[in-house]
Amino acid sequence: MYDFNYVKPRTLTEASQLLADDFEAKALAGGMTFIPVLKQRLNKPSVVVDLAGLGLAGIRQDGEHVVIGAMTTHGEIAASEMVRRAVPGLAELAGNIGDRQVRFRGTLGGSLANNDPSACYPAAVLALDAMIQTNHRSISPAEFFLGMFATALEPGELITEVRFPRVERAAYAKFANPASHYAMVGVFAAKTAAGARVAVTGAGQSGVFRHAAMEQALDKNFTPEALDHVETPLDLMNGDIHGSAGYRAHLVGVMAKRAVAAALG
Amino acid sequence: MPQINLMVNKKPVTADVEARTLLTELLREQLDLTGTHIGCDTSQCGACVVTVDGKSVKSCTMLAVQADGMEVTTIEGLASPDGSLHPMQAMFREHHALQCGFCTSGMVMSAIDLVERHPEGLSEDQIRAGLEGNICRCTGYHNIVKAVAAAWPLMHGKPALEAAE
Repeated sequence: MYDFNYVKPRTLTEASQLLADDFEAKALAGGMTFIPVLKQRLNKPSVVVDLAGLGLAGIRQDGEHVVIGAMTTHGEIAASEMVRRAVPGLAELAGNIGDRQVRFRGTLGGSLANNDPSACYPAAVLALDAMIQTNHRSISPAEFFLGMFATALEPGELITEVRFPRVERAAYAKFANPASHYAMVGVFAAKTAAGARVAVTGAGQSGVFRHAAMEQALDKNFTPEALDHVETPLDLMNGDIHGSAGYRAHLVGVMAKRAVAAALG
Repeated sequence: MPQINLMVNKKPVTADVEARTLLTELLREQLDLTGTHIGCDTSQCGACVVTVDGKSVKSCTMLAVQADGMEVTTIEGLASPDGSLHPMQAMFREHHALQCGFCTSGMVMSAIDLVERHPEGLSEDQIRAGLEGNICRCTGYHNIVKAVAAAWPLMHGKPALEAAE
């Protein structure tokens, strides 16, 4: 690791200022991705700004929304009865990220800000249209995710919480890479007030995406069988050492059916 | 150089560390607690698992400065001062839950956290899934699972399981 300075600010304003003033400053949430990146010397920050002292962890209900603080860990989300009741699929998704030790440290906000194309949360956030609240504004997921490892966050802008709307039926199905547990393909399917929503992670060349053809089919008939003949365009798919584009396109169909079946429970 | 104050195995520790010092480096290199192992150094294998504020974490993927003000327990902190073993350690010995022993300290730390968080009981499947973050390259998992199952009643004040075959 290259050496760096370390600061643990007590206020969001101070944290934001440190990050806005210095282009080489980096935010540290749970560190489950960032610390391995530092260890590989893939990043050389001037200062690491630890967000652990800002009071951004916690889960609360706000009317028809479950609001989850950015520094809430995967383990806390997985264990939350409130999440389990109001946002089916989300707790299970969080409970299958990495391993228990990773889930004790890794955070919702850190994962979203990193926008790894194989991360699980982006699928849930995009499928449920959960608004991402920052210290400056509220961002819709359609505007937030801008491709692999790219987001709409500006310098000094920090996610504070994510607002998940209550949903009647939803589930997530993941085909995990057996070593990393990242999604080779992950599909979050939901039957929302605005219609069926299907978001796919792990598979797309530009990160998470909505599967419009599947949503149309499920709007008519929210069953796994409705997806029987729905195609996933090959040219949208990522291919790498873990699986070709064709393999991933096939898996999208399989995982989507499993997600719909689980949502119908 | 940042100065940190933390409790390690119930003893107060003050240490000067670089910001980039990993918790595992602080433990092994400055505090001579070499029971915590470094296996993969990429947060996959779990040989470095310790408990921080009651949660099992991979100490190779946490900065020492992040542990400032926290309570850390390592494998060295489990046995009683009179030398009697923690029930998990005793069951690892009883069931010969190790081959080369490299993964053992991390396995024991993870297993204790797993058992403590499941007072309602733990199935074999739950034990296997719960230890997914710990890799044994000798593939000695069967006896590890047996040891964890045997430690559960001892840690929750229940009658011990029947002695193994």
